[in-house]
Order: sequence, then structure tokens, then C-alpha cells
Amino acid sequence: MLTFIVRRTLWTVVVMFVITVLVFFIFFKTPGVDPARAIAGRSPTPQVLAEVRAQLGLNRPLWIQYGLMMKRIFITRNLVSYSDQGQLVVPEIFAAAPATLSLVFGAAVIWIVMAIVMGVAAARLRGKIYDPILMVLALIGISAPVFWLGQVINLITQGSLHNSVFSWVPPLGYTPFSTSPLQWFEGLIFPWITLSILYIGFYARVLRANLLEIQSEDYVRTARAKGLSEGRVLVRHTLRTSMITFVSLFGLDFGALVGGGAILTEVVFGIHGVGFLTYEALQNLDLPTIMAVVIYGAFFIVLANALVDIAYAWLDPRVRPT
Amino acid sequence: MSDPLLEIRDLKVSFRTDDGVVRAVDGVSATLNEGETLGIVGESGSGKSVTMMSVMRLIIDPNAQFEGQVLYKGTDLMTLPQDQIRSIRGAGISMIFQDPMTSLNPVYKVGWQIEEQIREHEKVSRQAARDRAIELLTAVGIPNAQERADAYPHQFSGGMRQRVMIAMAVSCNPDVLIADEPTTALDVTIQAQILNLIKKLKEDFGTAVVLITHDMGVVADMADRIAVMYAGRIIEQGTQRELFYDPQHPYTWGLLGSIARLDRPRPRRLAAIPGLPPSLLRLPAGCAFGERCGHRFDRCDERPVLLDRLGDGHLDACHLSAQQKHDVRDQTIHPELVEEKP
Repeated sequence: MLTFIVRRTLWTVVVMFVITVLVFFIFFKTPGVDPARAIAGRSPTPQVLAEVRAQLGLNRPLWIQYGLMMKRIFITRNLVSYSDQGQLVVPEIFAAAPATLSLVFGAAVIWIVMAIVMGVAAARLRGKIYDPILMVLALIGISAPVFWLGQVINLITQGSLHNSVFSWVPPLGYTPFSTSPLQWFEGLIFPWITLSILYIGFYARVLRANLLEIQSEDYVRTARAKGLSEGRVLVRHTLRTSMITFVSLFGLDFGALVGGGAILTEVVFGIHGVGFLTYEALQNLDLPTIMAVVIYGAFFIVLANALVDIAYAWLDPRVRPT
Repeated sequence: MSDPLLEIRDLKVSFRTDDGVVRAVDGVSATLNEGETLGIVGESGSGKSVTMMSVMRLIIDPNAQFEGQVLYKGTDLMTLPQDQIRSIRGAGISMIFQDPMTSLNPVYKVGWQIEEQIREHEKVSRQAARDRAIELLTAVGIPNAQERADAYPHQFSGGMRQRVMIAMAVSCNPDVLIADEPTTALDVTIQAQILNLIKKLKEDFGTAVVLITHDMGVVADMADRIAVMYAGRIIEQGTQRELFYDPQHPYTWGLLGSIARLDRPRPRRLAAIPGLPPSLLRLPAGCAFGERCGHRFDRCDERPVLLDRLGDGHLDACHLSAQQKHDVRDQTIHPELVEEKP
């Protein structure tokens, strides 16, 4: 098991390297993209362009350019933004990360709990009217776009009902936990709900289908034949096995969200997280920031993948290396 | 004689489907006495598994409908509330299944799976349950049980997994062990070992066994009494001796005839019963075997009842008279022998 974890981690490093190379080439070596021109301002003279090139090291060999870029991202962390010359990109991302992490962690808790409740309920109530009702609700959750849902929630909590029922909801934005835990919570509760609804719907449907499939497995029949209670059969045998699928899905989605995938929710609720940063950088075509965010996001996705693989081995002894 | 341990009275199981009602079990009655082995023989779809699964109340299909009674030590299992049937499952009556490859939960250690059952039915410490599990694994012939208890099902071969299943089934000293085609998915060499194991455990623990199989060879070796099922009904029932030496129903003859025998001249091809069993959706009004039977006559349009036609406790459901049966039986079972005579 240990060798497996070590090997898996080494692979992660290799994958990360490949990703940085790819990202570097896509952003800086795509024909037609000239970072020097982007920085030098409007209609620059050739001298200015050459100066900027030299300053950025763009006249050096390719692999040195790559190395310089990575050095600026990972070691000296002094990569500067194009649009806002004084802004250091890497610290900016690190400053934005807590907001994103708060948002995604909270939403993840909600969506796991709700998805399990709904999925299990639908599977148990199969053949009754509640099962299709739950599944249609889930489908609505999947279909409701985050930007629309978020805006509607904002309209209600910040607008029409703000003076009555939702007077406790703070204005849009993110309050760090260290500043005020209560405000942190109050400000995040609707973003959490908005972000989690899609995943609740999706996970509940997947879980229900998975539970029903596992329910007809021979070993579930064996569990019943052993005289176990329905509850124990469900938790220890059916649900336990379906967690293999559930966890692998979760790891990937969670990684993608932490890596900036919650962009819509962050923008709609004015949470200055990594997604919001990406959004701003995209609007200004701020290549260093976009690249750094992509690498940051890729890092979390790759990390999540590695964790999923390890969790998978932990959950399913059949894939466990011996 | 004392009351039977398990008595099935006119059990009917049907499933509602889009195409109509499937009568999987159509009025089966059978008894099992203490320490006895009852063999239930029939081809796929004859209702033998459904019968025994219904006894355990393991059919949870909402479209299934049950009628009749299953008396276990005098209590009717069919009307028992869930929590009470649970205390019988695994403790009073336990079951092993056809496919050992999929019958154990892949994510738990085999020792744990046995302990789980013991601890469900008895208030014992985890350590005591574990000791018992290891003891049982040793008893069913798992070498190195102490270590192997911590292995996962996929680390066992099919035969070994079936041994684990058996260890689990007998872990709470059940009165009845239902073995649903326990050897069908196994190699022939392993089959004999598993059957011997069941036989040995039966002797050691005094457990009554219901052996479901489609293999006449298996029941010949194991069963005290045999019931032959066809299209959801028992069509012949008697002692092992009666069934093999004095079979009454043409279907039983067909089954016996299709056994490949080493002590007889080799036939050109293995004998088989012509045709297919009838659809359980549309059972014929008369004898269900009629269409495949070579001795069909007028009366066969009327459904034959399972009766003691010989007056010796040997039941069959065939309208032919005892004399007729006696006359045509041998040539039906062994046509090749008859043909070879000048």
C-alpha cells in the first residue's frame, strides 16, 4: 500500500510537470500571441517591444523561457500581472484561495449529506410516488444554471425580502472566518446552497442508480440471508459498496471546484476567490494570471485524482495492490 | 412421528409482469424432518429456487405475490413480521447460494463477514465471534484459517469461497441448511469436495439440508428424499430409492435417462428430453409436461394431481396407470438398450 501511495505521488509530479509545459506553450507559444505586445501598451515602437522582450526573457531559448516562467511561479513568486503591473500573481491567488476553499468545503458538506439522504430515500422508496418526485427534483437541481439560480436568490435575499425575512443576510462578498465567524457563515450560506444544488441533484441520481444496482447483487441477498436488519444491509453492504463510485466522483468534482471551477458562484455572489480572479483575468486577457490560475487549478485536480486513487484502493480491496 | 421441522403447504408464488402473471411456484407442498436431506430437482425455471427463497422470505420484488404457508417449528414464516423472520434467517434456517464468486461482499474480510452473522444472532464478544469464525473456517477445510480470515473474497478460489459460505451458513448452528445449487458454478473435482463437506457438516451438526439442484447425480449421492419439480409444481416425490429404482413420472424418466452413465454401453449421443418447458405465463390447462411427453393420452388434457398412486407414500402426478408406467418406463429411460435387443 505504501509503495502504491509513493508511486502514485511520483506520478502526480510527472503529470504536473507535463501540465506546466502544456500550459506554458498554449499561453506563450501559440502563434499570434505575443506577450511583449500585450504588455508594451498600444502601438509600441519596435525598440520598446525589444526592450520588453529582453526584460521578460522572451529572446532566450525556449526551455530557458519555460524555466524562467516556472521559477517566477514556484520559487520567487514574483510573476507580475499584465493588466495591473504592480500586482504579483501568485500571492494574489493565495489570498483568494481561502474564500474558494470556504465556499467549496461548505457546499461539499451540504451536497454529500443531501445527496446521500435523497439517493437513499429514492432507492428505498422505489415503486412509490416519492421516488420519481425526488428524482424530478434532482433533475431540476441539475438543470438550474448557477448564474440564474444565484441571481434569483440574490434578488430575494438582497432585494424584495431583505428588509423582512432575510435581513440577517450580509451584503454580497466574502468575510474571512478570522474576521467574523458568524458573518463568514451568514455570507456563505446562500452561495453554498447555490453551488451544492447541482451536485446534490447529480449525486443523488447517481447514488440511487448505484444503490438499486447493488441491491440486486448476490452479496446483498447473502447479507439478508444472514439475518441482518434492513438498515444494516443498507449501510454496511449496499451503501458501503456504492461509496466506491461516490467517492471517486466526489474527488474529481471537489478538485475541479477548489481549482477555480466555482467561478459562476463566486462571480454571482461577489466572492473574491480563485474563480473570481480567473474571471477578472479573462476579461483583461491577463495571461500570467490565467496561466497561474490554470496551473493552480490543475494542481488541485491532479491532487484530487491521486487522492481518489488512494481512496479507491482503501475502499475496494480488489484494486488494492498486494 | 413428530412434527416436521419445516413444512411447506400449498405455496404459490407469482410475479406480475408486463406480459401477465408468471406463476413461478404453483402449489408446492413439502416437508423436511430433522436431520434429513431433501433434494429438490428440476431444470432452470422450474421454481425450485423461488420456492426456497420464498421460505426464507428473500424475495423482495414488489411484484411478487405469495400464497400458502411455510411452517417452521409450527410458526408460519409467511406471516411473520420482518424482525422475527430476521432472527430465523441465518440462525434457524440458513442458505448458501449458487455462485460463490458473487455471494460474498467483496469489500470485507471473510472472517469479518462470518463474525457479522454470529454477532447479529448471539450476544458474544468480538473476540469470541472471531475465534468461532476461525474455528468454522478450519472445520470447512480452509488451511491457515487464522491468517485467511483476514483475506478478502477475491483472494479465494471459487471452491474456497463456497467453503466460506458454508462456514458462514452453519455459524449459528441452524436447524435447516438450504443449499441452492451449491456446486453448479464449481469445477467437477471441487463439486465432490463441497458435497462431502455438506454431508459431513450435516452429520456433525445434525442439520437438515434442502439441496436444490438440477443434477440427478448430486441428489443420488446426498438426498434421503427427493422432490422433482416441473413448471412450478412438484410432479414426483419419494425416497431416494423410490425415485431412482421405481420412478413414476415420465419427466423423472427423462431426467434419469439424460444422466451420462459409465456403467452402460456408450450411447451415440447423450439423451435429452425433447422440447422446452412451457412458458410460466401461459401454463397448459392439462399436464404441464404433456407436450414433451411421449406417452401422452386423452386424460392428459386434465391436470394431474400429485397423489400417492401406489399407496406407499411415493407421490406422483401422472395419469398413466402403474402397469402402463411399468411397461413403458425402461424403454423411455434407456431407449438405446431396448433398440440394441434383437
